[in-house]
Amino acid sequence: MNEPQDGIACSACWDDALLAAALFAVDPAGAAGIVLRCRAGPARDLWLQALRGLLPDPTPLRRIPINIADSRLLGGLDLTASLRAGKPVADRGVLVESNGGVVYLSMTERMSAAVAGRIANVLDTGIVAMERDGLTLRSDVRLGIVALDEGIEENERCPDALSDRLAFLVDLSGDLTVASGPPAYDACAVAAARRLLPKVALGDEALHALCVGASALGVASLRAPLLAVRAARASAALRGRNEVVEEDVVVAARLVLAPRAMALPSSEREAPDASPPEAPQAEESEGAKQESFQDDDREIHADASLDEIVLEAAAAAIPAGLLTQLQLAGEAAIRTKATGKSGALKGSGLRGRPAGARCGKPGGAVRLNLVETLRAAAPWQKMRRMDGGREIETTTARRIIIRPEDFRVTRYKQRTETLTIFAVDASGSSALNRLAEAKGAVELLLADCYVRRDQVAVLAFRGAGPTLLLAPTRSLARAKRSLAGLPGGGGTPLAGGIDAALKLAEDARRKGQTPIIVLLTDGAANIARDGRPGRAKAQDDALGSARFARSRGFTMLLVDTAPRPQPFAQRLAADMKARYLALPSADPVVLSGAVRSAAAR
Amino acid sequence: MSVSFPFSAIAGQGEMKLAILISAVDPALGGVLVFGDRGTGKSTAVRALAALLPAMRAVEGCRFGCDPAAIAAACEDCRKRRGQGPLKWRRIPVPVVDLPLGATEDRVVGALDLERALTNGVKAFEPGLLARANRGFLYIDEVNLLEDHLVDLLIDVAASGENVVEREGLSVRHPARFVLIGSGNPEEGELRPQLLDRFGLSVEVKTPQDIKTRIEVVRRRDHFDRDPAGFAAKWRGEDRKISKQVALGQKRLASIEIPDGVLETAARLCTILGVDGLRGELTMMRAARALASLEGDEVVTGQHLRKIAAPALRHRLRRNPLDESGSTVRIERAVAEVFGE
Repeated sequence: MNEPQDGIACSACWDDALLAAALFAVDPAGAAGIVLRCRAGPARDLWLQALRGLLPDPTPLRRIPINIADSRLLGGLDLTASLRAGKPVADRGVLVESNGGVVYLSMTERMSAAVAGRIANVLDTGIVAMERDGLTLRSDVRLGIVALDEGIEENERCPDALSDRLAFLVDLSGDLTVASGPPAYDACAVAAARRLLPKVALGDEALHALCVGASALGVASLRAPLLAVRAARASAALRGRNEVVEEDVVVAARLVLAPRAMALPSSEREAPDASPPEAPQAEESEGAKQESFQDDDREIHADASLDEIVLEAAAAAIPAGLLTQLQLAGEAAIRTKATGKSGALKGSGLRGRPAGARCGKPGGAVRLNLVETLRAAAPWQKMRRMDGGREIETTTARRIIIRPEDFRVTRYKQRTETLTIFAVDASGSSALNRLAEAKGAVELLLADCYVRRDQVAVLAFRGAGPTLLLAPTRSLARAKRSLAGLPGGGGTPLAGGIDAALKLAEDARRKGQTPIIVLLTDGAANIARDGRPGRAKAQDDALGSARFARSRGFTMLLVDTAPRPQPFAQRLAADMKARYLALPSADPVVLSGAVRSAAAR
Repeated sequence: MSVSFPFSAIAGQGEMKLAILISAVDPALGGVLVFGDRGTGKSTAVRALAALLPAMRAVEGCRFGCDPAAIAAACEDCRKRRGQGPLKWRRIPVPVVDLPLGATEDRVVGALDLERALTNGVKAFEPGLLARANRGFLYIDEVNLLEDHLVDLLIDVAASGENVVEREGLSVRHPARFVLIGSGNPEEGELRPQLLDRFGLSVEVKTPQDIKTRIEVVRRRDHFDRDPAGFAAKWRGEDRKISKQVALGQKRLASIEIPDGVLETAARLCTILGVDGLRGELTMMRAARALASLEGDEVVTGQHLRKIAAPALRHRLRRNPLDESGSTVRIERAVAEVFGE
């Protein structure tokens, strides 16, 4: 979605971004929010300024930093106020303080699932439920969210838990022509629209069109059509109408549905949920769609049903290079699944990010968190002085009495370690060559994995089946020793090799590691899973294993080692959703670089 | 919190709704885990449950809502008072307690009462969420995002039915028997097997694909958002019907018969699937009984068993890394085998 486009499309992008801002301003709580994908820069500043101009005056605007602690996000015990008052005083937290307003979330592409989950919960229930520090507080909260997403890579984005709930996904990361003319709407128009909004009616046809549109675009979540319905209402209100008309539905489809599209309605790649029979097949060329986007939709399609118009409007708003991007996005989605486990962060002594505090004794690898300890001790001071006896009264009258149970230690979290599994085709004559490459790459990876605390394993498959040459290790010495005498030659039991790599990966995942599979082969499978020779069956089995590999969602890299790129190897990579790399005369440096970049994604 | 979305107005998601109702009929079943796609009404269904549950008797003035009829399971205080004479009771709604993400441990297990400690210097126990959920439901949305130390705690309490607090100079124990309901999205991470095991039933929810259902879901939700009170009033009758069905189901539960043949079938199913231990069979039996009771049948049949086999066993299968099919498919296959199709 960040392909640079021609100037006209870009100014249309900018207009849409502003329109999204206006619709959001009309109904912040209904639309729930906007994901603004754009790196910090003039375009973003301009857009934020425009949004501020659209919001009615006393709207609270708060910015929430990425590292916000639960005590500020949801509220908690206000330490200083509690000490002063001599009784517990609650700090209400940023979300409650922003009630009725708009919250900016910084750098959501780096946001943890935990914080996203908390905010999503508040959006769902309209309540901030605080059960913290001995305090219980429930506050009704209605707010709109602007999630700033500075991601560059395709899978570096605002958490799905959040973007699924926010109506508008605005992407300003391409080259933009930022129109500096007078804004189409102002705060007055927004205020008028807000008054009108509760009265805006939405007919069955519009509802139908938006639902069908979402399905045909492969948008699975039901929140999308619901948010589109709200956006259509806001659009009608903004234009001073008390009824949703076609134009509003088109706007909603373009701004809410199109950015979530997972499939083109007319494309041969079926939407994941096969488009329903009612869904119209928009059989038009890409160019025609682009045109219809520029012109007034209504004039061209006077006879078309609303469903079709919605689809076309949405399709037109999907950038041309979508299909390739869909693949990337699909890959990203699967990878997210794979790294779902890496969301489960490992607690470790001192490394990683601080992740709150817990009760515990300091010492050894555990560090005392002074502020949290004081916070824990503060409320009890008066009581401790009472039962603590006279000697405390006299000697430490002005000091804070801290007991062992007050000790809080800082918890740290660290990403789980990565296990890179090399599955090397050791068959035939070129085996020695390939194994040498793998060996070189393993050594290079191990050299820097001491820093990254990652592990490497090597599997070779030839003849009857796979052999584990190097069990998962971090030790360079061990690797060198076991890789020294590598046997080669024989047939290619590709399916068996993939299966063995998967098993190893599965074990690693169960141990909390993040596995990466690197398959080095020329794809010339000729031994089936059951160990019998035969090319057709062997290839079939290999594809079966590949598809299963894909379902497990591991990060995978297929390195084609044949002198010329092989179609079967490519097909195998596609079926595995693996990254394909043709490396006929690879040297270990290139290979280890490729693996490292696969791991980094 | 004003009005919650009515349970009966949730379109589709039959298995999820059924599992929740079954666990309401037989709380001993061990709750429900709802895992699945985003935006499928997982938390809506659970939060709607509170309105359906028939009121229960609780000892007057008891902080844990002890049952006057089951004094053996009551808290220390109630047992002491019982020794001095009959207990007064009143009807209270069954608690459905939300365990919000970001809750701190002291609020979950209970802690020293801050207010009284600060103002009067008195050491008093302030019950936490586990106390509030006693005899009711404890709901954790995004259960896979729950902090590890809270998960440990829940696993322990859910198994023992008792909350033991040893902190801040307090030493308190009180009953905490609750039905655990968790929901989450598998993409956010998996659950620890120990916690998985605490759930009696496990349901997979998927976004409805059928366009009519999808439109209906959006239409109802939109209606509710714009006029919560009016919408709730429209569905009140339907909700009441379900509520009555649950109440009847609870009452009938003890008298439902389970023929030996059905038990055998359940055992065979578990053997074929290689389910560890007896928990699977036990849960299946209980769930089938609760289902029969809910549906007004007096005897458990194979049909009941078939209906609950997947939710009762799905999360108890051992994962086979080389079996492409998911747990649900494997169970379906086994069911077909056992029932001879």
